[in-house]
Amino acid sequence: MSGSDQGKGSDVLDAQDRARFEQLVLPHLDAAFNLARWLLKSRADSEDVAQEAMLRAYRFFRGFHGGDARAWLLQIVRNTCYTWLEKNRPVELMTEFDEELHPQPSASPEALAIAGANRERLTRALETLPPRFREVLVLRELEGCSYKEIASITAIPIGTVMSALARARQRLQRALTHASPQEASREL
Amino acid sequence: MNCDFTRTVLHGYLDGELDATRAAEFERHLESCRECATSLGSEESLRSSLQRSGLYENAPVTLRKKIHAGLDAATASSVAIRIPVWRWLAVAATILVVASVSWFAWPPRAKDGATPFTVAEIIDAHVRSLQPGHLTDVASTDQHTVKPWFDGKLAFVPPVKDFADEGFPLVGGRLDVLGGQNVAALVYSRRKHIINVFVMPTKEPDTPIHPPGLRQGYQWRHWRRQGMEYCAVSDVSDSDLYELAQLIYQ
Repeated sequence: MSGSDQGKGSDVLDAQDRARFEQLVLPHLDAAFNLARWLLKSRADSEDVAQEAMLRAYRFFRGFHGGDARAWLLQIVRNTCYTWLEKNRPVELMTEFDEELHPQPSASPEALAIAGANRERLTRALETLPPRFREVLVLRELEGCSYKEIASITAIPIGTVMSALARARQRLQRALTHASPQEASREL
Repeated sequence: MNCDFTRTVLHGYLDGELDATRAAEFERHLESCRECATSLGSEESLRSSLQRSGLYENAPVTLRKKIHAGLDAATASSVAIRIPVWRWLAVAATILVVASVSWFAWPPRAKDGATPFTVAEIIDAHVRSLQPGHLTDVASTDQHTVKPWFDGKLAFVPPVKDFADEGFPLVGGRLDVLGGQNVAALVYSRRKHIINVFVMPTKEPDTPIHPPGLRQGYQWRHWRRQGMEYCAVSDVSDSDLYELAQLIYQ
């Protein structure tokens, strides 16, 4: 499944393909939409991009030779999202993928900030992360993907998924902690 | 203060991705390293916040419809290129015949073994339940809360059981209407997916769990058991749906 996500797309699709696609791929529409929504941070844009990705998946469906249909679809969704971002919001992709891992203070303010985090604050904190951090978190925590699946969807080597998640979680904790003082007072 | 384990291995442990040897090694380390113990606690709390805050966003119904239209276009147009005119005429004739036959055969409900509701009704009810705020009238994972809730609201008592241990936690219950009758809808979840199980009384004899049906990307399974008619519908895989059907059937 690594490398290109599509086989050849020139085949004519018939009713049998359609039925197979509906059975194998379409059930993962929620996963497709959810990933797009978190990568693009907008429901309206995600609807368009998820639709495009799903139809693209259909066109290339004969190139899918069994295996993990969700990972196969999400790989296409992710690629479609990045193409869209490059075209429409190139600045967002320019954020450096922070390779440095900062020492993690073990004190409890984080724990407190996190324990009290609600949907709105988590959403905002997640949305401040660069897309490459956000996607591994969404795939792991919301979609429940294994490291192997994350590696195949995001095209990062499986050996680095663990450290990518470690960095992403650290960034999220920081975003939550930094956002917390005034947020907390506003919530009161 | 800067334990190497905290930075990486802890995450593999948290995610259940370490092999048995490394996991055991980390657990031994955890007993003596306060930093790791604290970090693990805060990572766990971050995870549960992420998973419990309703951040997962399901595809809107409008998107589902647009995709079906797109698939229709992609399938039909490619077929159109290949089929010569005389075949279209044959197809049109067939449609006419089928249409006139079904005119007489409709409605199919009275037929023996048929369900008292249509597939479209079940799918609609399922899709409607996924709209914000429509899923449950009583939200509880406790079967002893959900079951009594139906008391007095329906003329029958639906069997309610939680299957959390089997991977199908009960989410709650709801009243719904199918084929003009009030029915109980039991809501289960499977990973991130929702399964609606519609229950209503019947006078028909028991049946086995019927083979799956598929429409618009949703699967359903239907069966009758001990005076109740059941229909489970979801976008989970059929093997998951069948597993739940079997649990309820027992």
